[in-house]
Amino acid sequence: MATYELETPISEEDIRKLRVNDIVFISGTVFTARDEAHERALKWFESNKPLPIQPNGLAVFHCGPIVRKKDEQWELVAAGPTTSTRMEMFEDKFLEAFQVRVVIGKGGMGAKTAAAMKKVGAVYGAFTGGAAVLAANTVRRIKDVAWLDLGMPEAMWIMEVEHFGPLIVAIDATGENLFERVKENVEHSRQKVYQLVGLQDS
Amino acid sequence: MHATELEDVVVNLLRLAVTNLPSDVSDALEEALHKERNSTAKSQLEAILENVTLARQRSIPMCQDTGIQIFYISVGSDFSLLSEIPRILTNAVRKGTQTIPLRPNTVNPILHENPGDNTGLNVPWINWRITEGSDLHITAFPKGGGSENVCKLGMLTPGQGLDGMKRFVIDSMIEAGAKPCPPTIVGIGLGGGADICMKLAKEQLLRPVGHRHSDSQISKMEEEIKEALNETGIGPMGLGGDTTVLDVHIGVAMRHPASFPVGLAVQCWAARRASATITNEGQVEYTSHKVE
Repeated sequence: MATYELETPISEEDIRKLRVNDIVFISGTVFTARDEAHERALKWFESNKPLPIQPNGLAVFHCGPIVRKKDEQWELVAAGPTTSTRMEMFEDKFLEAFQVRVVIGKGGMGAKTAAAMKKVGAVYGAFTGGAAVLAANTVRRIKDVAWLDLGMPEAMWIMEVEHFGPLIVAIDATGENLFERVKENVEHSRQKVYQLVGLQDS
Repeated sequence: MHATELEDVVVNLLRLAVTNLPSDVSDALEEALHKERNSTAKSQLEAILENVTLARQRSIPMCQDTGIQIFYISVGSDFSLLSEIPRILTNAVRKGTQTIPLRPNTVNPILHENPGDNTGLNVPWINWRITEGSDLHITAFPKGGGSENVCKLGMLTPGQGLDGMKRFVIDSMIEAGAKPCPPTIVGIGLGGGADICMKLAKEQLLRPVGHRHSDSQISKMEEEIKEALNETGIGPMGLGGDTTVLDVHIGVAMRHPASFPVGLAVQCWAARRASATITNEGQVEYTSHKVE
């Protein structure tokens, strides 16, 4: 378990060094995308329409923040991760289309995403669920916002961050998946857990 | 007591709830960090505690999902503003959305429209209890979506009984895994009917961490299920570890001879609640938090 400081744009080489359980902090540009931004980004890609940002080497954050406007400037109030499994249906295509190097969220992602990460050279960084102030604290400024028509949580917020983390590498570019490993361990414990409440058979 | 004064108290409760985690919960998180053996789990608990401290210091929401607004009201029938309470709560939610701020979280399920003020059809939702006297007890209970998504109803048969309940709870929590932002607080409602056991389950989430049921047989089951769930190894945020739940609370109602309803309500670590007692004369006492 090592700790890394990464700066965007992040190279494929740097990403392929990371292993499950490593801790990563990111400085540079992170942009948010939830269900609807993923869907729109892929539609635009299919019709050769460029995204509002150049996503290569950046980190995409599964997050619907609380943002407010103060003196014509956007101010980030709170920005914790949302449940990543909802993006499982888009993420493999998203990774291949845009070469983002880090996907940040909570709760982990599935086999399709892990396979795409291995192919493209990307990792999944688990950010502590609910730790919205900690996340907002590392955001220096909101650089831009796109697709506000999708609403505050679903819009694409482009943020300049410094020492954003800690992110636990939960899927690495070898395809290893920490959440799957934990699930297997939990399955091994199931009978013992039943016994603790006096249940006999399975 | 004027309506506007009561409205301000409710805004204060909403602010306290979303920015200041009750000390029983943060103490339980500290204790969990102390006991935890898994280093990834430790990093998650440290991040949570740092986040809780920052939110308190700066008075900003500890989580960006500030929930759907639910209130528990216990009010004396002689409280002068009794009939105005729903309107006052709705106004307070609108005001708090702007001033705290809260994330606009109410979406019309038919039209997919978000009015942007956290109100709308049946929201804020009010749980009523009418009592004797003239005091008003309010608990603000903003409930986040991630943990709500793993709540469950089990219409078991009497033959499945208590063993069936335990299996249902364990299987559901294993299936939930990382999704409800563990370490969680688990509320179990037993008996009544489909709606009653779910209501009871959610009400258990109001009970402070560490408070046991007064019935020794039930409190023993709470302890037993808590220990068992912490043996699953799901851990904080589902990344593995010793801390999966902070507590388990069980509430019970009589059941129909043919039914054995089990409600399971799950609360993320950001167990947001704030309470106050208000008298007819306008005296306000905040009961969940120390307020200067």
